[in-house]
Amino acid sequence: MVAAKGGYYIPHGTKWPIMGSIGLFTLLGGFALLLNGNASADWIMIVGAVIIVAMMIGWFGTVIGESESGTYNAQVDLSFRHGMMWFIFSEVLFFAAFFGALFYARIYAVPWLAGEGAGGFATGPWLWPGFEGTWPTNGPGDVGGAFDIIPAFGIPFINTIILVSSGGTVTLAHWALKKNERGKLCWWLFATVALGLVFLALQGYEFAHAYADLNLTLGSGVYGSTFFMLTGFHGLHVTIGAIMLLVMLLRSMKGHFTPEHHFAFEAAAWYWHFVDVVWIGLFIFVYWL
Amino acid sequence: MSTSYAAHADDHHHHGPDPGLLRWVFTTNHKDIGTLYLWFALIMFFVGGFLAMGIRAELFKPGLQLLDPHLFNQFTTMHALIMIFGAIMPAFVGFANWLVPMMVGAPDMALPRLNNWSFWLLPFAFTLLIGTFFLPGGAPAAGWTMYPPLVLQGGANVAFMIFAVHIMGISSIMGAINIIVTILNMRAPGMTLLRMPLFVWTWLITAFLLIAAMPVLAGAVTMLLTDKFFGTSFFNAAGGGDPVMFQHVFWFFGHPEVYILILPAFGIISQIIPTFARKPLFGYESMVYATASIAFISFIVWAHHMFTVGMPLSGELFFMYTTMLIAVPTGVKVFNWIATMWRGSMTFETPMLWAIAFVVLFTIGGFSGLMLAITPVDFQYHDTYFVVAHFHYVLVTGAIFAIIGGVYYWLPKWTGHMYDETLGKWHFWISTISVNVLFFPQHFLGLAGMPRRIPDYAVQFTDWNMVSSIGGFVFGLSQLMFLYIVVQTIRGGEKVTERVWEGAHGLEWTLASPPPYHTFEEPPHVTEAEAHG
Repeated sequence: MVAAKGGYYIPHGTKWPIMGSIGLFTLLGGFALLLNGNASADWIMIVGAVIIVAMMIGWFGTVIGESESGTYNAQVDLSFRHGMMWFIFSEVLFFAAFFGALFYARIYAVPWLAGEGAGGFATGPWLWPGFEGTWPTNGPGDVGGAFDIIPAFGIPFINTIILVSSGGTVTLAHWALKKNERGKLCWWLFATVALGLVFLALQGYEFAHAYADLNLTLGSGVYGSTFFMLTGFHGLHVTIGAIMLLVMLLRSMKGHFTPEHHFAFEAAAWYWHFVDVVWIGLFIFVYWL
Repeated sequence: MSTSYAAHADDHHHHGPDPGLLRWVFTTNHKDIGTLYLWFALIMFFVGGFLAMGIRAELFKPGLQLLDPHLFNQFTTMHALIMIFGAIMPAFVGFANWLVPMMVGAPDMALPRLNNWSFWLLPFAFTLLIGTFFLPGGAPAAGWTMYPPLVLQGGANVAFMIFAVHIMGISSIMGAINIIVTILNMRAPGMTLLRMPLFVWTWLITAFLLIAAMPVLAGAVTMLLTDKFFGTSFFNAAGGGDPVMFQHVFWFFGHPEVYILILPAFGIISQIIPTFARKPLFGYESMVYATASIAFISFIVWAHHMFTVGMPLSGELFFMYTTMLIAVPTGVKVFNWIATMWRGSMTFETPMLWAIAFVVLFTIGGFSGLMLAITPVDFQYHDTYFVVAHFHYVLVTGAIFAIIGGVYYWLPKWTGHMYDETLGKWHFWISTISVNVLFFPQHFLGLAGMPRRIPDYAVQFTDWNMVSSIGGFVFGLSQLMFLYIVVQTIRGGEKVTERVWEGAHGLEWTLASPPPYHTFEEPPHVTEAEAHG
């Protein structure tokens, strides 16, 4: 069926991208207005978000329909694979910017503020006498007030086990798909999505705990900034990955995918492994060390 | 290259473009999208050029004449953002869209719907960005590098600028993914990697740089956003952060960005020179390796933009040496271009004139870059007009000259009409003389100590500023000639053959001029002779 039509499929005209542009423009323009204190900008944002969601449903729906009707040959499939690979690579670099900020703050910025380096001529100790430069810190200005941190070997460790296990369950789902065992595929996918949601719930609990009890907030100096930026963006990516896997689960239940032809499943699985690897980096460098 | 294919779109029975203007909004055709990119770039070139004219008018004499200092700062900031992200980058992506599928023998770009989105994000991003001129407090004015803490004092424009950068970044990343996938997965049988035209090679490497660098810029501006609106302390020393950290993250993007702006230009020049020298490109493989080396080194030189900001000595030295290292592969390229011309049967049609000017003038920009790379010397030059002269030599007489030369080179292929050779030559000579009148004196001003991004200056700088401004006005006006020539060529003119130029080699020259709406629906078989001439 796939090979029957032969050629490389080139769609003729599409309305989804312009809809995506209008949606993104409305969403981000509305966000900028909101940040500048415009009272009704939240409605503009909601309109933008609705347009984007409608675009994604429409665009992905079109592509799923084309895929299931056998429009895509092996070469189109390979284009999608390359495309997803490079997209994940770009996401790695996005996280690298924040990891870079974390390392720079810990290795350079904070010790320099405490007077290290500069042959004893650093200005830090004159400006901020008594600042020790230990990590974690909210800086010599005690920005955000005293705070406690979340120890690595509590919920974060449990979350590590959960996320790594979910990497295993998604692989079991993949094996089941390749053996054409539909029931196992659905159950292992369900288990993966469930583990992802448990992870998100624990992360949500932890964030609430940090804000309510530990006074650890986004405003807690450079520690709070790097902590919430990294874990927050990671949580967002877990959410996206879980939605992708949920779609794969629903599609599997509808009978989509064959043992040979299931790019979308693999793309979602790659993405899931990517958020898994980022989490391991977070666990080591944000929580543990 | 896993499968052979007989490419043919199944869902359309008509082979031409749709009628009506909405065709341009919904199109998935690489030629249409290439045209959109090129027109967008040209419009932005004139918008950014208008701001440049304002800057040069203000600097014509000392004192404040036309622009108050705050508006002047908006002009310099927006001139840079518009020219970099709105003119040069989209122009190169336009070339890639038009040429990469035709050069590798593909029926279209690999992901045609995504291709449409990559373009159609740009007008929206620039609406957000340019719209800030009409906000209270005006447009961004802290320089295109957006250094905190200054940029965070910018008022209402900050959020709009950051989101505009985000949308441009999404556009660039998706466009780059499409180009990489097209090159790696859509080549015709026989089009091995080392048979690809050098333009395709330079874009393959540029696309890699884009995918690696643009997300880092997105991260940097996101940290600006949270520092301003959500109480983070990334760039706030009181909270343990560091404003210098922004510069490191920014330039980790910013230096690869410099090569994003020039590698496709190298590709265009490497196509033009062999055609008019009637010789194959000298040292093809060394060109490929040099391009890859430049791309690699571009990731480990970033702090040469920050020599005066305060860095450990080891850092100053490391970044000085790595920066100088870039001169080696760049020198290989310049050598190869000259060796290609050596004993060639040269003719000097308009594209070749721009290409030769590129080689000479870009090299001047490269040499001034080497001077700036020397750390102790940079302590003197930093933030002076010498830097302005340097990067305008590489970006105007480098990138822009390659773009204009490339348009003259491929416009007959795209339109089926020959441009007016006499007017083209006038355009070239007026531009090349005036651009040197414009930028060369800025070297003297910088060495004498005139700072950049300042609307007023000490009287001893007056003469060269006047000379520079006159050159600027002539250069700016002469680009209207370019617009006229392009429009005239699109509307009519002498019909051209498939090959257009006697010495041209490559798959795009085997197609009709203009090429049909869909090309290479049956993949061609590529021979060594057609690939390298």
